Amino acid sequence: MGSGHPKTRSKSARDRVPAIRHTGADRIAAAFALRRGRAALMPYVMGGYPDLETSLAIGEAYADGGADLVELGVPYSDPLADGPVIHAAGSAALRAGVTLDGVLQVGEALSRRVPVVLMCYVNLVLARGAEAFAGRLAGAGISGLIVPDLPLHEAGEVRAACDAAAVALVPLVAPTTPDDRLTAIAAEARGFIYVVSVVGTTGERAALGDHVTGLLARVKERSELPVALGFGISTPDQAAAAAAAGADGVIVASRLIRAVSEADDAAAVAGELVAGLAAGLIR
Amino acid sequence: MTDRSPVVEAGVEHRFGPYGGQYVPETLMPALAELEAAWVAVRDNPGYKAQLGGLLRDFAGRPTPLYLAERLSELAGREIWLKREDLMHTGSHKLNNALGQALLAKRMGKERVIAETGAGQHGVASATACALLNLECVVYMGAEDIRRQAPNVQRMRLLGAEVVSVEAGARTLKEAVSEAIRDWVCTVATTHYIIGSAVGPAPYPALVRDLQRVIGDEARRDLLERAARLPDRVIACVGGGSNSIGIFTPFVSDPGVTLIGVEAAGEGLDSGRHGAPLTVGGRSGVLHGSLSAVLQDADGQVTEAHSISAGLDYPGSGPEHAYLRDSGRARYVAVEDDDAVKAFREVTRLEGIIPALETSHALHYALHEHGDESTLDLVCLSGRGDKDLAEVIAHDG
Repeated sequence: MGSGHPKTRSKSARDRVPAIRHTGADRIAAAFALRRGRAALMPYVMGGYPDLETSLAIGEAYADGGADLVELGVPYSDPLADGPVIHAAGSAALRAGVTLDGVLQVGEALSRRVPVVLMCYVNLVLARGAEAFAGRLAGAGISGLIVPDLPLHEAGEVRAACDAAAVALVPLVAPTTPDDRLTAIAAEARGFIYVVSVVGTTGERAALGDHVTGLLARVKERSELPVALGFGISTPDQAAAAAAAGADGVIVASRLIRAVSEADDAAAVAGELVAGLAAGLIR
Repeated sequence: MTDRSPVVEAGVEHRFGPYGGQYVPETLMPALAELEAAWVAVRDNPGYKAQLGGLLRDFAGRPTPLYLAERLSELAGREIWLKREDLMHTGSHKLNNALGQALLAKRMGKERVIAETGAGQHGVASATACALLNLECVVYMGAEDIRRQAPNVQRMRLLGAEVVSVEAGARTLKEAVSEAIRDWVCTVATTHYIIGSAVGPAPYPALVRDLQRVIGDEARRDLLERAARLPDRVIACVGGGSNSIGIFTPFVSDPGVTLIGVEAAGEGLDSGRHGAPLTVGGRSGVLHGSLSAVLQDADGQVTEAHSISAGLDYPGSGPEHAYLRDSGRARYVAVEDDDAVKAFREVTRLEGIIPALETSHALHYALHEHGDESTLDLVCLSGRGDKDLAEVIAHDG
């Protein structure tokens, strides 16, 4: 996708936006490109956990700590790709009455500081309708969308809606994904490719598996887009190992959400952890 | 959705009209393809069919009887024929599917089986099949269901299965399925997931239907032989919908036969505490890997179901049922907790058969609702109710 914009945009609307309007994919590409020489850092925050205001503060602390992008999770009733830490955080947010609109307001505020990629399960997208959903993300300045239960063959309608709204629909690949499927996924990828490092759900692991280098290489053979590694990365050493294995970006989630659940001053603690991860990527 | 998977071969349908699909994490996609290929390879394989047919006959007790319930017929004012799945080994229709899939797992070289269970019947069936075939078995069960179906928990443990208590959400069937899927995401190389109902990502809804249609095939054949006619109505309860799709399927192309799926109205459809997504209609949604009728809020968060029967306490439904509903081929209705308990007692006293609480929903409808449209009802007596005694006694105080 290019940076072009529908020519039908009205004069008045044009007046309200900068002369060059970046698409989500452009903004994501710029965030990775700025980190040439080291991997980009993409910490995860669960929108509305422990509450909307604090989750925004956590996202801002990530930006202050050196995050290049932020992954913003939407709490969901049945998160099949998530392990216990993120599942529990999402359930707590839902019990507290957090809605999609509340999370999107967090995303809107956060996207003024840092590119935001929304992680959202498919039923929330379909409930609003793919076009309306993608349009709302674009309106909030959100750059990308990750849908962990929307594999390639089911993604056509959502991808078309995201393309029309200039939001990057980021696909996931897993260690189990065979080569022919990897090629097909890479061909339809937007923004970056999210490589799941483990056969499993989100959660902290003792070490990064040996297979990761080969997996990253298989993906990079098939795409010019940045490749970000996530699931099971929690320490600065693991982040550095992911970068050394070839990842253009590193996603950290459960470790940070666990810290948020345990800390009195969640934003400060999460910001410090992100600063430590960023330092790990620099050395 | 556009850009659908190209596979349309009968028996492994990915879509039923707009419903179905494969909304799962990428990690599972190769396993679903492997399962589909394995099923296509064995379903018409004489060796597999002979092995499954032999076990269903000698181990499980098929064919199950078709029974003309005379006292129920007298009460209803028309013939009520019961397909006696309660007489199958382990006490419900669930073993048809569990045996078929466990044999498939064995052929796929999987050594570990996981299953979810609500009422415990599918868990017991899976544990039984795994004991027979020497497979490791782990069953996920909501903590609330472990409480209300204690006898089945003990049976599973005796059979060598590990029963994992699921504490999330309402601690019932929906959470048990989610937890089983999460296990599968982590263990997919060595593990087969025996899903217990005609739900889940493709190819499961078609696979489970194909393994359960033996119920309808036998019933249709036996009824033609003994009553020399087809039924006016075929009635079965619907949680996810495996016994109902099993008995409906051979009658779908018989235009004179009305197909009725009975969901759980719980404390009443107006109360919001029910398990009747097909009956109440509304926007479809994705739950556990497929698009179908789902109870959900405006955002798309899946809401909790409620039913006195653990097996119908589920906010989703099989995608083929949603298609049969929309096409007008089947009708879906709902029966409340109180009426199900009433039918449970009625059938026990009149026929000397203790039906499962799930089945009691279908029995209530057959005995008391809109009977003037029928002179002969075929009801799937999907399971026996020994497991439900404590729940019924507690309900009636």
